[in-house]
Amino acid sequence: MAYNKRVDGRAFNEARDMEAKAGVVKRADGSAMFRIGKTIAIASVFGPRELFPGFLQNPETGILRSNYDMLSFSVNERKRPGPNRRSVEISMVTNNSLLPALDLTKFPNTVVDVFIEIIQADSGTRCAGICAASMALADAGIPMKGLVSAVSVGKVGNMLVVDLNKEEEDYEEGATDIPIAMLSQNKEVTLLQLDGDVTQDDIKELIKIGSEVCEQIHELQVKALKDKYQGELDE
Amino acid sequence: MGNILIKEKDIVVPGEILAESMDYLPGNGTFRDGETIFSMYVGLASISGRIIKVIPLSGRYIPKKGDLVIGKIADITFGGWRVDIGWAFEAGLNMKDATSDFIEKKADLTQYYDFGDVISAEITHVSGSKIIDLTTKGPGLRKLRSGRIIEITPSKVPRIIGKQGSMITLLKEKTGCKIIVGQNGRIWISGESHEKEMLAVDVIKKIEREAHLEGLTDRIKNYLERT
Repeated sequence: MAYNKRVDGRAFNEARDMEAKAGVVKRADGSAMFRIGKTIAIASVFGPRELFPGFLQNPETGILRSNYDMLSFSVNERKRPGPNRRSVEISMVTNNSLLPALDLTKFPNTVVDVFIEIIQADSGTRCAGICAASMALADAGIPMKGLVSAVSVGKVGNMLVVDLNKEEEDYEEGATDIPIAMLSQNKEVTLLQLDGDVTQDDIKELIKIGSEVCEQIHELQVKALKDKYQGELDE
Repeated sequence: MGNILIKEKDIVVPGEILAESMDYLPGNGTFRDGETIFSMYVGLASISGRIIKVIPLSGRYIPKKGDLVIGKIADITFGGWRVDIGWAFEAGLNMKDATSDFIEKKADLTQYYDFGDVISAEITHVSGSKIIDLTTKGPGLRKLRSGRIIEITPSKVPRIIGKQGSMITLLKEKTGCKIIVGQNGRIWISGESHEKEMLAVDVIKKIEREAHLEGLTDRIKNYLERT
């Protein structure tokens, strides 16, 4: 059976409904929430602060340390708390996708910590995490070249789709999931992972539709950040 | 003149295009890529002549030479003190910069500043890797006894002080409190009574909230006269 209608009735190039909010964690230097469909990510930023152990310090620039974590109640089957192989890898790719947007040379020998907590997971968690983290970094007043927006694209059955949910990811005839992160300033791709197989033509098309959705997400992120500070100013 | 896309006091976010022209120059909080000037912070845009600046609305205090700061003694070393000033690293206060008294060898340094003491100090030197030196020799630089300390966002400190200190003078006059404003966002307040101190705290919080609005000094003057 061909996949000619999406399980939740969306158009093939339509993302799930999204929500963004800045400043959700009071004790953090900067924080943000990003929701896409049923996936919810909360990111908090601390720093720049002193880095221990000292041998990790870089006297030329500050470093970024990202930590991705899925809470035990975020999925149907209880997830064992704490880091695992998957979360360590996602922390690393998140770090690499955020770093091109930052300018930490003003803060030598320091660290900026980013903690991403997935409180509800329905696919696309690393993308939601990256979106939340880039807003939280902006909220924390870290110098940035631009915001980072991320979305997953893929191939379900024989159709190219954007923003897969859990049902689509587990599609019985096979699904390919490609997370894309993009720097808003010059449309630079900072994350591109491939899990499954697609043709060369397909991936070109997928990056194109992915970047369109990233632009929508970027608008939402900008609005959320402006709303927070406009609200503070209007009081 | 070229294309400018923002107005004075607009809220901008990182990566937002401020101007597309070589006629404008990127100031603090902005950077240029090709012909385009982008913002680096969430902040308020400000245009002065050809220079475009962004004043950040959030973020930690970044130490600068000549700043008056309020710090807390965190550690005592052989040659002086380590002071927490709200930056990633503690600042150093050398013995010879702390007092003009002659300090004997092996003297007990706690007689000058003890652990947890709060001092007002001036930054004398910031090295490239952000090693900070302080001094407490100078007018108004001393150990702060009694009173209370509140913290505000460091980027709003200039509004608490006002033009040529107009706001802070007004506050001191009307509340009768002694106030020291540190550039690191810490404010020390000491008054005759609890009520007067609380009034000063209330007004400072109000200034912090309304820092962007026009005619701030007049509004605060009215507010103080009503209460």
